[in-house]
Amino acid sequence: MQVEAYVGEEMVLNMGPQHPSTHGVLRLELETDGEIVKKVVPHIGYLHRCFEKHAENVDYPGVVPYTDRMDYVASMNNSFGYALAVERLMRIEVNERVKTLRVIMAELNRIASHLLAVATYGMDIGTFTPFLHCFIEREKVLDLFEWTCGARLLYNYNWVGGVSHDIPEGFVDKARQFLREFEPVLKELNELLSYNKIFIKRTAAVGILSVDVALSYNVTGPNLRGSGVKWDLRKDEPYSGYEKYDFEVAVGDGRFGPIGSCWDRYYVRVWEMAESIKILHQALDRLPEGDVQEKVPKKVKPQKGETYGRSEAPRGELGYYIVSDGTGNPYRIKVKSPCFTVLSALPAMAKGALIADIIAILGSIDIVLGEIDR
Amino acid sequence: MQQAPEILQVLQGKFGNKILSSDMTALDPTITVAADSIAEISLFLKNNDELAFDTLMCLSGVDYKGSKGETDRIEVVYHLFSMRHRHQIVLKVQLPREEPAIPSVEKIWDIANWHEREAYDMFGVEFQGHSDLRRILCPDDWVGYPLRKDYVQPETYRGMPVAPGKQFVEMAQEGLPVGTDPFREE
Amino acid sequence: MDAIFSWLSSGIPAYARLPELLQHLIPMVLACLICLVAALLFVLMANWGERKIAAHMQDRLGPMRVGGWHGWAQPLADGVKLLLKEDIIPAEADRLLFRVAPVLVFVGGFAAFAVIPFTSSFIAADLNIGILYAVAITALGVVGIIMAGWSSNNKYALYGGMRAAAQIVSYEIPAVLAILTVIIHVGSLSMQEIVQAQRGGVWNWFLFRNPFTFLAFFVYFLASLAEVNRTPFDIPEAESELVAGYHTEYSGMRFAFFYLAEYANMLLVSCIATTLFLGGWTGLLSKPLLPGVILFMTKALFLVFVQMWLRWTLPRLRVDQLLHMCWKVLLPIAFVLVMGSGILALK
Repeated sequence: MQVEAYVGEEMVLNMGPQHPSTHGVLRLELETDGEIVKKVVPHIGYLHRCFEKHAENVDYPGVVPYTDRMDYVASMNNSFGYALAVERLMRIEVNERVKTLRVIMAELNRIASHLLAVATYGMDIGTFTPFLHCFIEREKVLDLFEWTCGARLLYNYNWVGGVSHDIPEGFVDKARQFLREFEPVLKELNELLSYNKIFIKRTAAVGILSVDVALSYNVTGPNLRGSGVKWDLRKDEPYSGYEKYDFEVAVGDGRFGPIGSCWDRYYVRVWEMAESIKILHQALDRLPEGDVQEKVPKKVKPQKGETYGRSEAPRGELGYYIVSDGTGNPYRIKVKSPCFTVLSALPAMAKGALIADIIAILGSIDIVLGEIDR
Repeated sequence: MQQAPEILQVLQGKFGNKILSSDMTALDPTITVAADSIAEISLFLKNNDELAFDTLMCLSGVDYKGSKGETDRIEVVYHLFSMRHRHQIVLKVQLPREEPAIPSVEKIWDIANWHEREAYDMFGVEFQGHSDLRRILCPDDWVGYPLRKDYVQPETYRGMPVAPGKQFVEMAQEGLPVGTDPFREE
Repeated sequence: MDAIFSWLSSGIPAYARLPELLQHLIPMVLACLICLVAALLFVLMANWGERKIAAHMQDRLGPMRVGGWHGWAQPLADGVKLLLKEDIIPAEADRLLFRVAPVLVFVGGFAAFAVIPFTSSFIAADLNIGILYAVAITALGVVGIIMAGWSSNNKYALYGGMRAAAQIVSYEIPAVLAILTVIIHVGSLSMQEIVQAQRGGVWNWFLFRNPFTFLAFFVYFLASLAEVNRTPFDIPEAESELVAGYHTEYSGMRFAFFYLAEYANMLLVSCIATTLFLGGWTGLLSKPLLPGVILFMTKALFLVFVQMWLRWTLPRLRVDQLLHMCWKVLLPIAFVLVMGSGILALK
């Protein structure tokens, strides 16, 4: 960039890879005129760990720990999507207990992931207290996971054809106890953060994402639902028994400003946590008996073919394009990560924003760099 | 909502010989099209009212080299979805491995900008008409296309060893100190 | 200061033989030292208090180990740690300004304690322009912040400095106007006179005397929150946006100066609000039961607690919303209050 090009008060500010609010190693190059941001260019690749190349060198079950490490905040959902895609390729139908367990774990992880998203968003806007309140609840979920499979964050849980561990004795009661304790916390969060006048002022008129822009950028998940589109893969293309659960799809309604604002996206997440509580109660009620590893094949060797399997991760539609050449190792796995697409839409959302708004928008789209860079 | 054979019929009707082949019995019905026509086919698929493919779900590159029963080629695979009509289709384009080039669909679906940059970064596919074709995941001055099957990892990058694990093993075998404090006095 | 002078000259027989200048200089220095030490002690206590208050609001415990009982010595430990840190000055920074900035901010915060009437007899300097001096000296802090932002040679610091300039200078005006509503009734700028005008029980306090001064208290409180860069007005040091704003590049004792100055400012602003609106060292009853200093400190510490409470509850305003609130909300209200107070004083 030539120095002569910047006349007046334009400045290039780097919200560099190390920054308290970029939710990971992300570099945002801002061209600013005073406080107004004229251009924002995201630079990614700082967390690229070549997952897709590694996947070609290990066998299908060995890919599952790698999938955990992509969106490390919602690992259950990553391996869920992968297991679904491979099972589709192999024409395996798992039993009801596995389906229900997968749903339980996915929804618990959805709650944990949204708690983190909401809490760190509050921190970006300036309140530190909801962060700690949310993390207390998140600890309880992580304790449940540790009890089941030994790990707090990266589980290696959803195997091809089943799950790695059955739930221990007393898990159902402990889970119900957590849900009972969690509902009042959600109400408290609404009072403390969601309807706070300053929070609304900071977020309700900022980062408007219209539906055409969202579809053109393939924005999915809570970010798309915040713009008013009622599309949830759990309801519209159900998998793993989701068609049997009764829950609503959380959609933004432009309550405090134009539809598709940061507040709408944030509130969709809070609402989704309430819906996850509903699903969890139903799943815990109907958990059938069975052997969780009965359909796990001795050697995972899908026939030659390819498929694109997608599932509703907390951050959007997670897609796995798996090409199999008939051997035990995948030939090619391509992951379409929801955060990748929504981050590419950041310049479109940030038209006319101030620096503080960039932080608000970045927090509302809830990215995890592990998934973007893989 | 249209089924894949109907979509294929519409495409064949409009583009005739540009539609090279199709596979309607696979798990995801696929249509292989000619490389130079991908942009116009994509535009048609997006703007046509009955098809209305408004979302590009995924754009992947696949390198078929040395795979049993497959010719050596690089494929670019487009997974399209229509939010309006709730149907999906897969388009495939086959490119030669030396100097693969294909028109960009960036103007049709904005997300293609980043997906194509990634395909370029990993496979070396040149997308003609792309506004900003540079590497996205690897550093800008990286050499080589990592996801190709014949990719050889460079030994060093800007003077730093790329796979220090191997070098540490060699150093240990030669008796040099490995994994110790670099500032300590000998 | 006069009290110290008379105590020294009556207590030490040889005192009258010192040169005239020294006779007056020593009590001055002693009075200022007392103020400074008291303010510093408060700052240490406030640091601990803030961490404990924040912790309990966030459902955790805060410092628990350092010094034994609930970690009361934590600020001391932090102070020692900061003293021992390496003094880093960025290579391209403007060295003189970088060194001077923390001093200015510190002076701007602590020097105004000289005119705070802690009791009816103790005030380090009973100037007849007391409140004007306090407002003027705290303006020195802005210069220090801008200097810090500029001299750090860091874009984030520059943003912090620019925002601080806009914010603090803008909020001076409603603050001073709110002070004016009180001065109109007192007729003097001297701090002791202001407190003397509120003798006679709680209903004489300016807070309750008439609706205009009642509202002026809130206007002053909000404006002073912005003066001291506390949330919701803490954009100059907005942690999540600007890393650390104007003190990004500062480390060690220099950073400690900024930190101490922030707490001192909090206390200063609370003391001024107490003096002007809450009756200073007077009590609830006409004949106070407790000593004046206890009453004064209780009120001031309560206001400090409210400031901490607000910080850990509320999010942060954006820069343009903050300035909108100053120029389009607080300033018109303050004008109306001054007019109303003036009309009432005419009667």
